[in-house]
Amino acid sequence: MYPENYSYTKEHEWVLVDGDTGTIGITDHAQSELGDIVYVDLPKVGTAIAQHTTFGSVESVKAVSDIYSPVSGEIIAINESLSTAPEKLNSDPHGDAWLVKVKLKDLSEIPGLMSAADYKKYVGA
Amino acid sequence: MSDSAALLTTPLNATHRRLGAKMVDFGGWDMPVQYKGILDEHRAVRTGVGVFDVSHMGELVIRGPQALDLVNWIATNDASKLKTGQVQYSALLYEHGGFVDDILVHKVSDDEYFICVNASNQEKDFDHIAAEDHFQATVENAGARYAQIAIQGPKAVELCQRLTTTLLEPIRYYWFTDGEFAGVPARIARTGYTGEDGFEVYVSPEDASTVWDAVCSLGAQPCGLGARNTLRLEAKMALYGHEIDATLSPFEADLAWMVKMDKPNFIGKRALEKQKAAGIHRKLVGFEMVGRGIGRDGYEIEIDGEKAGWVTSGGPAPTLGKNIGLCYLPIAHAVPGQKINVIIRGVGVEAVTVPTPFYKRAK
Repeated sequence: MYPENYSYTKEHEWVLVDGDTGTIGITDHAQSELGDIVYVDLPKVGTAIAQHTTFGSVESVKAVSDIYSPVSGEIIAINESLSTAPEKLNSDPHGDAWLVKVKLKDLSEIPGLMSAADYKKYVGA
Repeated sequence: MSDSAALLTTPLNATHRRLGAKMVDFGGWDMPVQYKGILDEHRAVRTGVGVFDVSHMGELVIRGPQALDLVNWIATNDASKLKTGQVQYSALLYEHGGFVDDILVHKVSDDEYFICVNASNQEKDFDHIAAEDHFQATVENAGARYAQIAIQGPKAVELCQRLTTTLLEPIRYYWFTDGEFAGVPARIARTGYTGEDGFEVYVSPEDASTVWDAVCSLGAQPCGLGARNTLRLEAKMALYGHEIDATLSPFEADLAWMVKMDKPNFIGKRALEKQKAAGIHRKLVGFEMVGRGIGRDGYEIEIDGEKAGWVTSGGPAPTLGKNIGLCYLPIAHAVPGQKINVIIRGVGVEAVTVPTPFYKRAK
Protein backbone atom coordinates (compact mmCIF):
# COMPACT_ATOMS: atom_id res chain seq x y z
CA MET A 1 0.00 0.00 0.00
CA TYR A 2 2.72 2.51 0.97
CA PRO A 3 5.56 2.44 -1.61
CA GLU A 4 8.95 1.69 -0.03
CA ASN A 5 10.80 4.30 -2.10
CA TYR A 6 8.60 7.18 -0.90
CA SER A 7 9.23 9.29 2.23
CA TYR A 8 6.31 10.33 4.45
CA THR A 9 5.28 13.13 6.81
CA LYS A 10 3.26 13.18 10.01
CA GLU A 11 0.74 15.36 8.15
CA HIS A 12 0.17 12.47 5.70
CA GLU A 13 2.01 13.65 2.60
CA TRP A 14 4.58 11.68 0.62
CA VAL A 15 7.55 12.68 -1.53
CA LEU A 16 9.31 10.60 -4.18
CA VAL A 17 12.84 11.80 -4.85
CA ASP A 18 14.40 11.37 -8.29
CA GLY A 19 17.68 13.25 -8.63
CA ASP A 20 16.87 16.84 -7.66
CA THR A 21 13.16 16.48 -8.42
CA GLY A 22 10.60 15.63 -5.76
CA THR A 23 7.05 14.48 -6.55
CA ILE A 24 4.59 15.25 -3.74
CA GLY A 25 1.20 13.75 -2.94
CA ILE A 26 -1.07 12.83 -0.07
CA THR A 27 -1.19 9.34 1.40
CA ASP A 28 -3.85 6.69 1.10
CA HIS A 29 -4.54 7.18 4.80
CA ALA A 30 -5.11 10.91 4.18
CA GLN A 31 -7.59 10.35 1.34
CA SER A 32 -9.42 7.74 3.38
CA GLU A 33 -9.76 10.07 6.35
CA LEU A 34 -10.91 12.95 4.15
CA GLY A 35 -13.56 10.97 2.28
CA ASP A 36 -14.89 12.10 -1.12
CA ILE A 37 -12.45 14.72 -2.42
CA VAL A 38 -14.12 17.45 -4.45
CA TYR A 39 -11.55 20.23 -4.87
CA VAL A 40 -7.79 20.69 -4.84
CA ASP A 41 -6.15 24.09 -4.48
CA LEU A 42 -2.51 24.18 -5.65
CA PRO A 43 -0.01 27.02 -6.08
CA LYS A 44 1.36 28.18 -9.43
CA VAL A 45 4.51 26.85 -11.08
CA GLY A 46 7.44 28.91 -9.87
CA THR A 47 6.20 29.26 -6.31
CA ALA A 48 8.83 28.64 -3.63
CA ILE A 49 7.69 26.35 -0.85
CA ALA A 50 9.31 25.54 2.49
CA GLN A 51 9.43 22.24 4.33
CA HIS A 52 6.57 21.60 6.79
CA THR A 53 4.64 24.70 5.72
CA THR A 54 1.31 24.66 3.95
CA PHE A 55 1.27 25.20 0.19
CA GLY A 56 -2.24 24.21 -0.80
CA SER A 57 -5.38 22.47 0.31
CA VAL A 58 -7.55 19.49 -0.40
CA GLU A 59 -11.29 19.74 0.15
CA SER A 60 -13.59 16.82 0.73
CA VAL A 61 -17.36 17.05 0.89
CA LYS A 62 -17.24 17.68 4.59
CA ALA A 63 -13.98 19.49 5.28
CA VAL A 64 -10.95 21.36 4.04
CA SER A 65 -7.47 20.15 4.86
CA ASP A 66 -4.15 21.96 4.43
CA ILE A 67 -1.31 20.25 2.57
CA TYR A 68 2.13 20.62 4.12
CA SER A 69 5.22 20.24 2.01
CA PRO A 70 7.58 17.40 2.93
CA VAL A 71 10.46 19.36 1.38
CA SER A 72 11.69 22.84 0.46
CA GLY A 73 12.00 23.82 -3.17
CA GLU A 74 10.41 25.49 -6.16
CA ILE A 75 7.30 24.16 -7.86
CA ILE A 76 8.10 23.07 -11.43
CA ALA A 77 4.84 21.26 -12.27
CA ILE A 78 1.33 20.86 -10.91
CA ASN A 79 -1.06 18.02 -11.66
CA GLU A 80 -3.58 19.89 -13.81
CA SER A 81 -5.81 16.83 -14.16
CA LEU A 82 -6.88 17.21 -10.53
CA SER A 83 -8.73 20.44 -11.31
CA THR A 84 -11.30 18.52 -13.34
CA ALA A 85 -11.00 15.13 -11.63
CA PRO A 86 -10.17 15.70 -7.94
CA GLU A 87 -11.75 12.32 -7.13
CA LYS A 88 -8.61 10.69 -8.56
CA LEU A 89 -7.07 11.52 -5.18
CA ASN A 90 -9.41 8.96 -3.63
CA SER A 91 -8.61 6.21 -6.11
CA ASP A 92 -4.89 6.64 -6.82
CA PRO A 93 -3.26 8.91 -4.24
CA HIS A 94 0.19 7.34 -4.57
CA GLY A 95 0.23 7.32 -8.35
CA ASP A 96 -1.72 9.31 -10.95
CA ALA A 97 -3.03 11.76 -8.38
CA TRP A 98 0.31 13.27 -7.39
CA LEU A 99 -0.07 16.97 -6.56
CA VAL A 100 3.09 18.85 -7.54
CA LYS A 101 6.69 18.36 -8.60
CA VAL A 102 9.38 20.49 -7.04
CA LYS A 103 13.04 21.24 -7.70
CA LEU A 104 14.52 20.20 -4.38
CA LYS A 105 16.46 22.81 -2.46
CA ASP A 106 18.02 20.65 0.24
CA LEU A 107 18.40 16.88 -0.05
CA SER A 108 19.40 16.66 3.61
CA GLU A 109 15.71 17.20 4.51
CA ILE A 110 14.84 13.72 3.23
CA PRO A 111 16.39 11.52 5.93
CA GLY A 112 14.31 13.38 8.54
CA LEU A 113 11.08 12.08 6.98
CA MET A 114 9.41 8.75 7.78
CA SER A 115 10.11 5.57 5.85
CA ALA A 116 7.20 3.46 4.59
CA ALA A 117 7.65 1.13 7.58
CA ASP A 118 7.68 4.07 10.04
CA TYR A 119 4.60 5.60 8.39
CA LYS A 120 2.66 2.34 8.44
CA LYS A 121 3.39 2.07 12.15
CA TYR A 122 2.40 5.74 12.60
CA VAL A 123 -1.06 5.27 11.05
CA GLY A 124 -1.53 1.80 12.47
CA ALA A 125 -1.75 0.20 9.03
CA MET B 1 -8.84 10.86 17.60
CA SER B 2 -11.36 11.42 20.33
CA ASP B 3 -11.85 9.15 23.28
CA SER B 4 -14.92 7.21 22.25
CA ALA B 5 -15.34 5.81 25.77
CA ALA B 6 -16.37 9.26 26.96
CA LEU B 7 -18.92 9.75 24.20
CA LEU B 8 -22.63 9.04 24.28
CA THR B 9 -23.77 6.22 22.04
CA THR B 10 -27.02 5.26 20.34
CA PRO B 11 -28.45 1.71 20.47
CA LEU B 12 -27.09 1.24 16.93
CA ASN B 13 -23.46 2.00 17.77
CA ALA B 14 -22.29 -1.61 17.35
CA THR B 15 -24.26 -1.88 14.10
CA HIS B 16 -22.50 1.17 12.65
CA ARG B 17 -19.10 -0.25 13.57
CA ARG B 18 -20.01 -3.62 12.07
CA LEU B 19 -20.97 -1.85 8.84
CA GLY B 20 -17.56 -0.15 8.78
CA ALA B 21 -18.85 3.37 9.35
CA LYS B 22 -16.41 6.16 10.00
CA MET B 23 -17.33 7.41 13.45
CA VAL B 24 -16.93 10.97 14.73
CA ASP B 25 -17.58 12.95 17.88
CA PHE B 26 -20.77 14.83 17.01
CA GLY B 27 -21.65 17.14 19.88
CA GLY B 28 -20.59 14.54 22.41
CA TRP B 29 -22.17 11.61 20.54
CA ASP B 30 -20.22 8.86 18.80
CA MET B 31 -21.97 8.96 15.43
CA PRO B 32 -21.36 7.66 11.90
CA VAL B 33 -20.28 10.41 9.50
CA GLN B 34 -20.26 8.06 6.52
CA TYR B 35 -20.30 4.41 5.51
CA LYS B 36 -19.20 4.05 1.86
CA GLY B 37 -18.97 7.73 1.08
CA ILE B 38 -20.96 10.93 1.49
CA LEU B 39 -21.59 11.40 -2.24
CA ASP B 40 -22.91 7.85 -2.67
CA GLU B 41 -25.16 8.22 0.33
CA HIS B 42 -26.39 11.63 -0.82
CA ARG B 43 -27.32 10.18 -4.22
CA ALA B 44 -29.06 7.20 -2.62
CA VAL B 45 -31.40 9.56 -0.77
CA ARG B 46 -32.10 11.72 -3.84
CA THR B 47 -32.80 8.75 -6.11
CA GLY B 48 -33.72 5.76 -3.91
CA VAL B 49 -33.83 5.28 -0.15
CA GLY B 50 -31.35 6.09 2.58
CA VAL B 51 -31.58 5.31 6.28
CA PHE B 52 -30.11 7.43 9.06
CA ASP B 53 -29.64 6.70 12.73
CA VAL B 54 -30.77 9.92 14.40
CA SER B 55 -31.29 8.43 17.83
CA HIS B 56 -29.08 11.15 19.29
CA MET B 57 -31.94 13.59 18.73
CA GLY B 58 -33.84 14.41 21.90
CA GLU B 59 -37.50 13.92 22.77
CA LEU B 60 -39.54 15.86 25.30
CA VAL B 61 -43.10 15.02 26.28
CA ILE B 62 -45.44 17.69 27.62
CA ARG B 63 -48.57 16.39 29.33
CA GLY B 64 -51.45 17.78 31.32
CA PRO B 65 -54.65 19.78 31.04
CA GLN B 66 -52.63 22.88 30.10
CA ALA B 67 -50.14 21.12 27.82
CA LEU B 68 -51.25 23.23 24.85
CA ASP B 69 -50.92 26.44 26.86
CA LEU B 70 -47.38 25.51 27.85
CA VAL B 71 -46.41 24.60 24.28
CA ASN B 72 -47.86 27.84 22.98
CA TRP B 73 -46.03 29.82 25.65
CA ILE B 74 -42.59 28.33 24.97
CA ALA B 75 -42.79 27.95 21.18
CA THR B 76 -43.22 30.51 18.38
CA ASN B 77 -45.60 28.67 16.06
CA ASP B 78 -49.29 28.29 16.93
CA ALA B 79 -49.82 24.81 18.34
CA SER B 80 -53.55 25.49 18.76
CA LYS B 81 -53.80 25.05 14.97
CA LEU B 82 -52.56 21.46 15.23
CA LYS B 83 -54.91 18.52 14.86
CA THR B 84 -54.17 15.24 16.62
CA GLY B 85 -51.55 13.47 14.52
CA GLN B 86 -50.12 16.65 13.05
CA VAL B 87 -46.54 17.92 13.28
CA GLN B 88 -45.37 21.53 13.35
CA TYR B 89 -41.93 23.14 12.96
CA SER B 90 -41.43 25.72 15.67
CA ALA B 91 -38.80 27.45 17.80
CA LEU B 92 -37.95 27.95 21.43
CA LEU B 93 -36.72 31.49 21.98
CA TYR B 94 -35.09 33.40 24.80
CA GLU B 95 -36.72 36.62 26.05
CA HIS B 96 -34.31 38.56 23.80
CA GLY B 97 -35.59 36.76 20.69
CA GLY B 98 -32.60 34.48 20.02
CA PHE B 99 -32.97 30.73 19.50
CA VAL B 100 -32.81 28.21 22.31
CA ASP B 101 -33.51 25.58 19.67
CA ASP B 102 -35.66 24.66 16.70
CA ILE B 103 -38.14 21.86 17.37
CA LEU B 104 -40.81 19.62 15.89
CA VAL B 105 -44.06 19.60 17.86
CA HIS B 106 -46.26 16.50 17.45
CA LYS B 107 -49.81 16.68 18.78
CA VAL B 108 -50.51 13.26 20.34
CA SER B 109 -53.78 14.30 22.02
CA ASP B 110 -55.38 17.39 23.54
CA ASP B 111 -53.25 16.95 26.64
CA GLU B 112 -50.05 15.46 25.21
CA TYR B 113 -47.41 16.92 22.91
CA PHE B 114 -44.30 15.06 21.75
CA ILE B 115 -41.40 17.31 20.87
CA CYS B 116 -38.31 16.34 18.90
CA VAL B 117 -35.31 18.54 19.75
CA ASN B 118 -31.66 18.76 18.74
CA ALA B 119 -29.30 16.25 20.33
CA SER B 120 -26.92 18.65 21.99
CA ASN B 121 -29.72 20.94 23.13
CA GLN B 122 -31.97 18.44 24.90
CA GLU B 123 -30.89 19.20 28.48
CA LYS B 124 -30.94 22.93 27.81
CA ASP B 125 -34.39 22.72 26.19
CA PHE B 126 -35.75 20.63 29.04
CA ASP B 127 -34.45 23.10 31.65
CA HIS B 128 -35.78 26.01 29.62
CA ILE B 129 -39.29 24.53 29.44
CA ALA B 130 -39.38 23.01 32.93
CA ALA B 131 -38.61 26.45 34.38
CA GLU B 132 -42.02 27.60 33.08
CA ASP B 133 -43.86 25.80 35.86
CA HIS B 134 -46.90 28.12 35.96
CA PHE B 135 -49.04 25.73 33.90
CA GLN B 136 -50.87 22.54 34.79
CA ALA B 137 -48.52 20.50 32.67
CA THR B 138 -45.45 18.34 33.17
CA VAL B 139 -42.34 18.08 31.03
CA GLU B 140 -40.54 14.77 30.62
CA ASN B 141 -37.08 14.48 29.13
CA ALA B 142 -37.83 11.29 27.24
CA GLY B 143 -34.69 11.11 25.08
CA ALA B 144 -33.54 7.86 26.69
CA ARG B 145 -36.87 6.18 25.90
CA TYR B 146 -36.62 6.69 22.14
CA ALA B 147 -34.43 5.72 19.25
CA GLN B 148 -35.11 7.55 16.00
CA ILE B 149 -34.49 6.24 12.52
CA ALA B 150 -35.03 8.40 9.43
CA ILE B 151 -35.89 6.63 6.18
CA GLN B 152 -35.68 9.12 3.33
CA GLY B 153 -35.88 9.22 -0.44
CA PRO B 154 -38.34 8.98 -3.35
CA LYS B 155 -38.68 5.22 -2.77
CA ALA B 156 -39.04 5.47 1.02
CA VAL B 157 -42.84 5.12 1.11
CA GLU B 158 -42.78 2.01 -1.04
CA LEU B 159 -40.02 0.41 1.04
CA CYS B 160 -41.56 1.32 4.39
CA GLN B 161 -44.97 0.04 3.33
CA ARG B 162 -43.49 -3.45 3.17
CA LEU B 163 -42.75 -3.23 6.90
CA THR B 164 -46.08 -2.08 8.28
CA THR B 165 -49.79 -2.75 7.99
CA THR B 166 -50.44 0.94 8.60
CA LEU B 167 -51.34 2.54 5.28
CA LEU B 168 -48.54 5.05 4.73
CA GLU B 169 -49.60 6.90 1.60
CA PRO B 170 -52.53 8.65 3.36
CA ILE B 171 -50.18 10.06 6.02
CA ARG B 172 -49.61 13.58 4.75
CA TYR B 173 -46.35 15.52 4.96
CA TYR B 174 -45.88 16.70 8.55
CA TRP B 175 -48.38 14.22 10.01
CA PHE B 176 -47.71 11.08 12.02
CA THR B 177 -49.42 7.97 13.28
CA ASP B 178 -48.74 5.42 15.99
CA GLY B 179 -48.59 1.83 14.83
CA GLU B 180 -46.22 -1.03 14.23
CA PHE B 181 -43.14 -0.90 12.07
CA ALA B 182 -40.98 -3.96 11.37
CA GLY B 183 -43.04 -5.73 14.01
CA VAL B 184 -42.34 -3.30 16.85
CA PRO B 185 -44.43 -0.45 18.28
CA ALA B 186 -43.51 2.78 16.50
CA ARG B 187 -44.44 6.40 16.00
CA ILE B 188 -44.25 6.93 12.24
CA ALA B 189 -43.92 10.59 11.18
CA ARG B 190 -43.79 11.79 7.59
CA THR B 191 -41.06 14.28 8.32
CA GLY B 192 -37.39 14.56 7.50
CA TYR B 193 -34.29 16.67 7.14
CA THR B 194 -33.21 15.84 3.60
CA GLY B 195 -35.64 17.59 1.27
CA GLU B 196 -37.03 14.20 0.22
CA ASP B 197 -40.19 12.30 1.04
CA GLY B 198 -39.86 9.78 3.84
CA PHE B 199 -40.43 8.96 7.47
CA GLU B 200 -38.89 9.48 10.85
CA VAL B 201 -39.68 6.45 12.97
CA TYR B 202 -39.51 6.63 16.77
CA VAL B 203 -39.14 3.31 18.59
CA SER B 204 -37.85 2.09 21.92
CA PRO B 205 -34.04 1.72 22.09
CA GLU B 206 -34.34 -2.09 22.35
CA ASP B 207 -36.15 -2.16 19.00
CA ALA B 208 -33.79 0.14 17.10
CA SER B 209 -31.71 -2.58 15.48
CA THR B 210 -34.83 -4.54 14.47
CA VAL B 211 -36.02 -1.52 12.51
CA TRP B 212 -32.57 -0.70 11.13
CA ASP B 213 -31.90 -4.25 9.96
CA ALA B 214 -35.35 -4.59 8.40
CA VAL B 215 -35.00 -1.37 6.44
CA CYS B 216 -31.48 -2.25 5.30
CA SER B 217 -32.50 -5.77 4.28
CA LEU B 218 -34.99 -4.19 1.86
CA GLY B 219 -32.20 -2.22 0.24
CA ALA B 220 -32.04 1.12 2.04
CA GLN B 221 -28.53 2.58 1.95
CA PRO B 222 -27.10 3.33 5.43
CA CYS B 223 -26.27 7.04 5.50
CA GLY B 224 -24.17 9.07 7.90
CA LEU B 225 -24.32 12.60 9.20
CA GLY B 226 -22.12 13.79 6.32
CA ALA B 227 -24.83 13.11 3.74
CA ARG B 228 -27.48 14.37 6.15
CA ASN B 229 -25.66 17.70 6.12
CA THR B 230 -25.24 18.03 2.34
CA LEU B 231 -28.89 17.02 1.86
CA ARG B 232 -30.28 19.46 4.40
CA LEU B 233 -28.09 22.25 3.02
CA GLU B 234 -29.45 21.74 -0.52
CA ALA B 235 -32.96 21.87 0.97
CA LYS B 236 -32.00 24.95 3.04
CA MET B 237 -32.97 23.47 6.38
CA ALA B 238 -31.44 25.27 9.34
CA LEU B 239 -28.81 23.63 11.54
CA TYR B 240 -28.55 24.80 15.14
CA GLY B 241 -25.18 26.41 15.83
CA HIS B 242 -24.89 27.45 12.19
CA GLU B 243 -27.95 29.18 10.70
CA ILE B 244 -29.59 29.64 14.10
CA ASP B 245 -28.33 30.21 17.63
CA ALA B 246 -28.92 32.38 20.70
CA THR B 247 -27.67 35.51 18.91
CA LEU B 248 -30.01 35.16 15.91
CA SER B 249 -33.77 35.61 15.64
CA PRO B 250 -36.28 33.75 13.44
CA PHE B 251 -36.77 36.91 11.36
CA GLU B 252 -33.05 37.10 10.66
CA ALA B 253 -32.91 33.36 9.94
CA ASP B 254 -35.62 33.74 7.26
CA LEU B 255 -37.99 31.69 9.40
CA ALA B 256 -40.67 34.32 10.01
CA TRP B 257 -43.29 31.82 8.82
CA MET B 258 -42.82 29.76 11.99
CA VAL B 259 -43.52 32.75 14.23
CA LYS B 260 -47.15 33.60 14.86
CA MET B 261 -47.12 37.17 16.12
CA ASP B 262 -50.92 37.15 16.48
CA LYS B 263 -50.73 34.56 19.29
CA PRO B 264 -51.56 36.10 22.67
CA ASN B 265 -48.07 35.70 24.05
CA PHE B 266 -44.91 33.59 23.97
CA ILE B 267 -41.38 33.82 25.27
CA GLY B 268 -39.48 36.27 23.07
CA LYS B 269 -42.54 37.90 21.55
CA ARG B 270 -41.80 41.36 22.96
CA ALA B 271 -38.27 41.30 21.53
CA LEU B 272 -39.57 40.19 18.15
CA GLU B 273 -42.18 42.96 18.15
CA LYS B 274 -39.42 45.50 18.69
CA GLN B 275 -37.33 43.88 15.99
CA LYS B 276 -40.26 43.94 13.60
CA ALA B 277 -40.97 47.59 14.29
CA ALA B 278 -37.35 48.64 13.90
CA GLY B 279 -36.62 46.30 10.99
CA ILE B 280 -33.91 43.65 10.96
CA HIS B 281 -30.37 44.53 9.95
CA ARG B 282 -29.23 41.19 8.58
CA LYS B 283 -30.77 38.14 6.98
CA LEU B 284 -29.88 34.61 5.96
CA VAL B 285 -29.51 34.07 2.21
CA GLY B 286 -28.17 31.38 -0.07
CA PHE B 287 -25.18 31.77 -2.38
CA GLU B 288 -23.45 29.90 -5.16
CA MET B 289 -19.73 30.05 -5.74
CA VAL B 290 -18.81 31.63 -9.08
CA GLY B 291 -15.03 31.37 -8.67
CA ARG B 292 -13.21 28.18 -7.81
CA GLY B 293 -13.38 27.07 -4.21
CA ILE B 294 -15.81 26.25 -1.44
CA GLY B 295 -17.12 28.76 1.09
CA ARG B 296 -17.19 27.02 4.44
CA ASP B 297 -18.85 27.68 7.76
CA GLY B 298 -17.30 30.70 9.47
CA TYR B 299 -15.65 32.22 6.39
CA GLU B 300 -16.04 35.99 6.11
CA ILE B 301 -17.92 37.69 3.30
CA GLU B 302 -16.99 41.01 1.73
CA ILE B 303 -18.99 43.27 -0.55
CA ASP B 304 -17.07 45.97 -2.44
CA GLY B 305 -14.06 45.29 -0.24
CA GLU B 306 -15.97 45.80 3.02
CA LYS B 307 -16.62 43.11 5.59
CA ALA B 308 -20.33 42.31 5.20
CA GLY B 309 -21.21 38.97 6.76
CA TRP B 310 -20.28 35.36 7.30
CA VAL B 311 -20.96 31.90 5.96
CA THR B 312 -23.07 29.69 8.24
CA SER B 313 -22.86 26.46 6.19
CA GLY B 314 -21.18 25.72 2.90
CA GLY B 315 -20.06 22.87 0.76
CA PRO B 316 -20.59 21.06 -2.48
CA ALA B 317 -24.19 20.44 -3.57
CA PRO B 318 -23.89 16.99 -5.11
CA THR B 319 -27.35 17.09 -6.73
CA LEU B 320 -26.66 20.45 -8.37
CA GLY B 321 -22.98 20.03 -9.18
CA LYS B 322 -22.24 23.41 -7.65
CA ASN B 323 -20.62 24.74 -4.51
CA ILE B 324 -23.25 26.43 -2.37
CA GLY B 325 -23.70 27.96 1.03
CA LEU B 326 -25.83 30.01 3.38
CA CYS B 327 -24.69 33.31 4.82
CA TYR B 328 -25.81 36.31 6.81
CA LEU B 329 -25.71 39.60 4.90
CA PRO B 330 -26.80 43.17 5.69
CA ILE B 331 -30.50 43.46 4.81
CA ALA B 332 -29.88 45.81 1.86
CA HIS B 333 -27.72 43.14 0.22
CA ALA B 334 -29.81 40.13 1.23
CA VAL B 335 -31.46 39.74 -2.15
CA PRO B 336 -30.79 37.28 -4.98
CA GLY B 337 -28.19 38.40 -7.51
CA GLN B 338 -25.94 40.21 -5.03
CA LYS B 339 -22.27 39.73 -5.92
CA ILE B 340 -20.20 38.83 -2.88
CA ASN B 341 -16.67 37.71 -2.15
CA VAL B 342 -16.15 34.76 0.14
CA ILE B 343 -12.78 35.02 1.85
CA ILE B 344 -11.16 31.63 1.35
CA ARG B 345 -7.75 31.34 2.98
CA GLY B 346 -7.23 35.08 2.76
CA VAL B 347 -8.38 35.49 -0.84
CA GLY B 348 -11.73 36.87 -1.95
CA VAL B 349 -13.48 34.39 -4.25
CA GLU B 350 -16.49 35.50 -6.27
CA ALA B 351 -19.94 34.22 -5.38
CA VAL B 352 -23.51 35.35 -5.96
CA THR B 353 -26.63 35.16 -3.82
CA VAL B 354 -29.40 32.95 -5.20
CA PRO B 355 -33.01 32.09 -4.34
CA THR B 356 -33.49 29.18 -1.94
CA PRO B 357 -34.04 26.31 -1.42
CA PHE B 358 -31.22 25.29 -3.71
CA TYR B 359 -32.97 21.97 -4.30
CA LYS B 360 -36.68 21.20 -4.31
CA ARG B 361 -37.96 17.73 -5.05
CA ALA B 362 -40.43 17.16 -7.86
CA LYS B 363 -43.86 16.39 -6.43
